[in-house]
Amino acid sequence: MAKKREDGYLSGREARRIQKENRRIINEFEKKRKRKNVPESEYLTTMHDPNNAVEFDDLHTFFFTDSGTVHSVDGVTFSVPIGKTVGVVGESGCGKSVTSLSLMQLVQRPQGQIVSGQIRLNLGDKAYEISKVPQEKMQSIRGNVVSMIFQEPMTSLNPVFRIGDQVDEVIALHDGEGKTKEEIKKRTIEALEMVGIANSEGVYRMFPHELSGGMRQRVMIAMSLACSPRVIIADEPTTALDVTIQAQILDLLRNLKDRINSSIMLITHDLGVIAEMADYVVVMYAGRVVEQGTAEDIFYHPAHPYTMGLMASKPVVGKHVEQLYSIPGKVPNPVNMPDYCYFRDRCEMCVKECEGAYPGMISLSDTHKVSCYRFLDEHRAEAEDPDRMPEAVREMMDAMKKLHADNAAHAAGSDAEREV
Amino acid sequence: MADDYILQVKDLKKYFPIKGGMLSRVVGQVKAVDGVTFNLKRGQTMGLVGESGCGKTTTGRVILRLYKEKTGGDVLFEGKEVYDLNAKQMRDMRTQMQIIFQDPFSSLSPRLPVGEIIGEAVREHGLVTKAEYDDYVDKVMDDCGLQSFQKERYPHEFSGGQRQRICIARALALNPKFVVCDEPVSALDVSIQAQIINLLKELQEKRGLTYLFISHDLSVVEHISDMVGVMYLGNLVEYGRKEDIFDHPAHPYTKALFSAIPVPDPSSKMKRIVLEGSIPSPANPPSGCKFHTRCKNCMKRCMEEAPVQKEIAPGHYVVCHLYDN
Repeated sequence: MAKKREDGYLSGREARRIQKENRRIINEFEKKRKRKNVPESEYLTTMHDPNNAVEFDDLHTFFFTDSGTVHSVDGVTFSVPIGKTVGVVGESGCGKSVTSLSLMQLVQRPQGQIVSGQIRLNLGDKAYEISKVPQEKMQSIRGNVVSMIFQEPMTSLNPVFRIGDQVDEVIALHDGEGKTKEEIKKRTIEALEMVGIANSEGVYRMFPHELSGGMRQRVMIAMSLACSPRVIIADEPTTALDVTIQAQILDLLRNLKDRINSSIMLITHDLGVIAEMADYVVVMYAGRVVEQGTAEDIFYHPAHPYTMGLMASKPVVGKHVEQLYSIPGKVPNPVNMPDYCYFRDRCEMCVKECEGAYPGMISLSDTHKVSCYRFLDEHRAEAEDPDRMPEAVREMMDAMKKLHADNAAHAAGSDAEREV
Repeated sequence: MADDYILQVKDLKKYFPIKGGMLSRVVGQVKAVDGVTFNLKRGQTMGLVGESGCGKTTTGRVILRLYKEKTGGDVLFEGKEVYDLNAKQMRDMRTQMQIIFQDPFSSLSPRLPVGEIIGEAVREHGLVTKAEYDDYVDKVMDDCGLQSFQKERYPHEFSGGQRQRICIARALALNPKFVVCDEPVSALDVSIQAQIINLLKELQEKRGLTYLFISHDLSVVEHISDMVGVMYLGNLVEYGRKEDIFDHPAHPYTKALFSAIPVPDPSSKMKRIVLEGSIPSPANPPSGCKFHTRCKNCMKRCMEEAPVQKEIAPGHYVVCHLYDN
């Protein structure tokens, strides 16, 4: 057998072996998928907590590629409560988008497959286990119960259809039974007005290229909210937009969420957006959840070294530091992940247990969980001791505290001032 | 006094023609840059912020004479008008002024090895002798955090952050005095962003570089700049020292822009000025002050008369009727 080289080189024989193996695994999954007339009892399940809209339970989504299996999502567990916003943060390639695509069953098949774990979706009177729901049933859930706002409004609207037709389609498909064209059009116009498009009759007849980026994103939101979904997945909804437009869109999302009482799963790499929108935060790194908690937990008491590093590396207006912290090293190769903590090679706060297997989740409080050996009971005191942190991280924590205090102090006074 | 300034830009204008009809006659103009004035001192960083389509990138490119001509105004680089130079002088000038482009994925030729990308211009301009050439390229790569064995590799073998380092190395290989950084970190992840920003700052100290840093990310601009200019629809509406701009923003647009920055602090929710509508078309800008259609403090005068640049504090310039008296 050929030697495995660091740079991912594969010999011909090795590559053929992997391909053959992949074909076998994929065929098995696809066979299961393609069965007709699956009885509902097979994918019916119960929510562990009826107050949750979605529960991800030890989800594994793998991609079987020709150069090896990529563990994109590798045991992700978190839940989205009804009426709340959960922010998922992480760098590109950490599996945050794949997690949400798994919920929509939109993972690129056949090479991408949900291998194990459960995604439980609350439908009110019953709950479905998404990974087992058959294709035809999924079509009535997608866009209706769960809908998605994509990152790039430029590429996710169809350029050859008018805006009206595209929004009409969603309503006709999910909610159009027995409705005439005029009724559907009325609903569409209402949806467009709901997202703050003033000239809704005009926009109804326009093509996507006639609208600006912010307007297109509004159309995307109108489309995804047209059927009042229970769960909205917003995958980097504002990354392609300017700050002023971003502020408008975030306000809009927040208001609409309350109006139709749905939950938002907000995926972004911008910590600022998360702080503004999210009630709960999930931090992902290399396919795993490294830390989760309420927004206050994560921003005021970040525990995992990666979370701290992420915060310290982002410049913030009003936070003055000489040099930005940069996390040393880079993300491990997704094809052959190490069997110890994925962050160990980049971590400056290792303890002796880090040599061992991947750390489990440790609860710091009712809401705050972290996957790091530093919070084992015997290291707890050290982990919370600021003197043992790298200087830049400590500086960041101090700056955050100061910023927080400033904001609190200003909160009352500046409201009036900013109104001017 | 004027010797202090490496770059002086006076009332710079750049219009692009809109062609239409059968004979492709000029039917209108896009006023991409419409009156930008600022001075930049040696060794400083000027941050240029604004929404997309406000003319930031065009400003950077006009300054570097990457367009054949400008519509009006002056660009003085070390006291010399850039657009008056002949082809030979301009060629020499090119080594002094460089640009780092936004997208490290499309601005590197996929067919050239990295050593060639970085060294091509050095050889072309004859900056070092043949014997020193290899060592010189190695040194530049080392400065930018690349290793010399990577010389033989091609851009597709590198990650986004590494590619941006290659772009930086390419710009700095000519030993320029002035570099336009056009959104150098926008396409990168947060932790990679920090590495690149630190690298840019470090190189600036080492080589005494002057940057024009174009970005829409205000927090990055605040971190790296000494001076900040805020652009809106082709106009520089406010310009001054970083401290002045960030602590005492004067123009209503600057205030709105700054209040829209999301702060990573959950307690600071909901305190912003949300601007209504979107940026008007630069082909058909509003009369008077271009911002009056979205401005909260709009007066009758704003609709009729365009404001001029005023100094409201030493070194702090603003273009707004609110500060007339």
